[in-house]
Amino acid sequence: MSELHQQLVQMVDKMPAFPGSVNRILQMTSSIDCAPKDLVQVIEHDPVMMAKILKLVNSAYFGLSREITSIKHGVVFVGLNTIKNLAISIATMGMLSKTGPAGLDMNSFLRHSLGTATVAKLLGKRLGVASDRATDYFVGGLLHDIGKVVFAQFMPQEMERALKRVEVENIPLPMAEMIEIGADHAQLGGMLVEKWQLPHALVTCIKEHHSQEWNDNTSEVLDCVVAANIIIKQIGFGCAGNLLEDRLPDHVAARFGMELAALRKSMGNLDEELEKANAFICI
Amino acid sequence: MLKFTFRGVRGSIASPGPNTVKYGGNTTCIEVRAGNELIILDAGTGIFPLSQTLSPEFPLTCHIFISHTHWDHIQGLPFFIPMFVSGNRVKIYGGQDPVTDKGVQEALSRQLEYAFFPIREAELSAELEYISLSENQVVNIGDAQVTSVLMNHPAINYGYKVTCGDKSLFFTGDHEWPPNIYQPDDDDYQLFEDHIAQKRKSIIDAVSGVDVLIIDTAYTDDEYPAKKGWGHGSFSSSIAMARDAGVKHCFFTHHEPTRSDRDLEKAFHAAMDKHPGQPGDPKFYLAQETFTFEL
Ligand SMILES: [Zn+2]
Ligand SMILES: [Zn+2]
Repeated sequence: MSELHQQLVQMVDKMPAFPGSVNRILQMTSSIDCAPKDLVQVIEHDPVMMAKILKLVNSAYFGLSREITSIKHGVVFVGLNTIKNLAISIATMGMLSKTGPAGLDMNSFLRHSLGTATVAKLLGKRLGVASDRATDYFVGGLLHDIGKVVFAQFMPQEMERALKRVEVENIPLPMAEMIEIGADHAQLGGMLVEKWQLPHALVTCIKEHHSQEWNDNTSEVLDCVVAANIIIKQIGFGCAGNLLEDRLPDHVAARFGMELAALRKSMGNLDEELEKANAFICI
Repeated sequence: MLKFTFRGVRGSIASPGPNTVKYGGNTTCIEVRAGNELIILDAGTGIFPLSQTLSPEFPLTCHIFISHTHWDHIQGLPFFIPMFVSGNRVKIYGGQDPVTDKGVQEALSRQLEYAFFPIREAELSAELEYISLSENQVVNIGDAQVTSVLMNHPAINYGYKVTCGDKSLFFTGDHEWPPNIYQPDDDDYQLFEDHIAQKRKSIIDAVSGVDVLIIDTAYTDDEYPAKKGWGHGSFSSSIAMARDAGVKHCFFTHHEPTRSDRDLEKAFHAAMDKHPGQPGDPKFYLAQETFTFEL
């Protein structure tokens, strides 16, 4: 794994972002009147852009005195123009193809990520999290599956076989990934973002979102992402290649004081919130 | 001992001529003497007249701190005479650009490319060294310490605090307090305000209590709204920062290139009238080329 990991770390630097945001960023930034808040919003809805920019603003040159967990914070901390030019430089690397080489539908994947992000943020607010920290919940949901895109992009054959196994053998994706690749997307994603010095809470969300031994690593944000991931799969908003789960882990249920069905019901209709996410997907 | 001399006080582009004779037309450069050490803040065109005074000190060691690599802060670098004389040691410090992932060396190397300058980097005779700084890094130079503070500008821009014994000064480089990108009725407005307040506090904490603040004051208050987001301060924002940081002396610099000596003084007096002195206020000055201040 460590050798594989090394290779992937280097390749990820060249990984392009999602088509919708690439197109929007190139279009918006060709005008000097580009509204900064629109630019920020586009970046915030693309897991690849988001991860790469957080990586750069948390690099050893800047990230020593504080953790930067959001693009807005990044804009204030390193400056709007720097963030804008980071986004442009990522956009000019090209874009992920809509149907990933591994047969992972990228639109569907993005929908799943944005859906999880949206629901994780709502769950955070429900637990009484202040609005400035609710952003972290969104980012945790957005990035939780980042390892999957990396596998799909750089190990397409292995990933395709893993996805097949899920279908045919009805086993969870992390297990299939272990068989085909020798590591699962949560481990890989977690290692990547750890190496990038992304904020600790975020690293945990990515690394532990499929963890079965719920150890001391559990946290409010992680629990919200875990619950959001399960809920969004049940709703069928997007798909990222994994099986449905029909219950919340015990300690997550305990955190919300209810089981999955009750939690879903208590959140009411999510269509409107999720519709906002749809606007960022290139069809 | 800490003293400094302004060698360039203009922003954006050099502006020599009869209208700028008093305050000077060279772009940003400040010569700082800290004990026996020579520290140079920015390498605008003002570094050229400075370099002409240095030959009696050869062989010398000097430390050039670049706030950021916009032209008006680096343009004089290829004309820094000590670099051409062997035996001299020139250390150049600056930030790392996250967009290009390049350090300060890149700026000089690019300036010395064949199309732009007749002498190649490899042909410089002095011993050159480049140091990429991270945020809040402290560099010890003899009895002095220089600390980098990340400001806000359309490029990575470090302000520098120079401390020597019990004396200290802070130079902002180019700086504007980040404007809120949201409208007051947007959901994220307050969150963004909080980030701005946090940033302001971290900078004010770093500057707090220095004897001298040298601050980017490009615009009058009337000019500022049309230049919002361009990365420069105004008289009012500079006065507020000097007060908040509790400095003793505050020098306004980065004068607009089109501003004549007369207009500059008019703008200064208008700002002083708008902000009548309060107890404990700093003394305010316009930065003026060749003016020396000993702390
Ligand atoms: Zn400037
Ligand atoms: Zn500048």
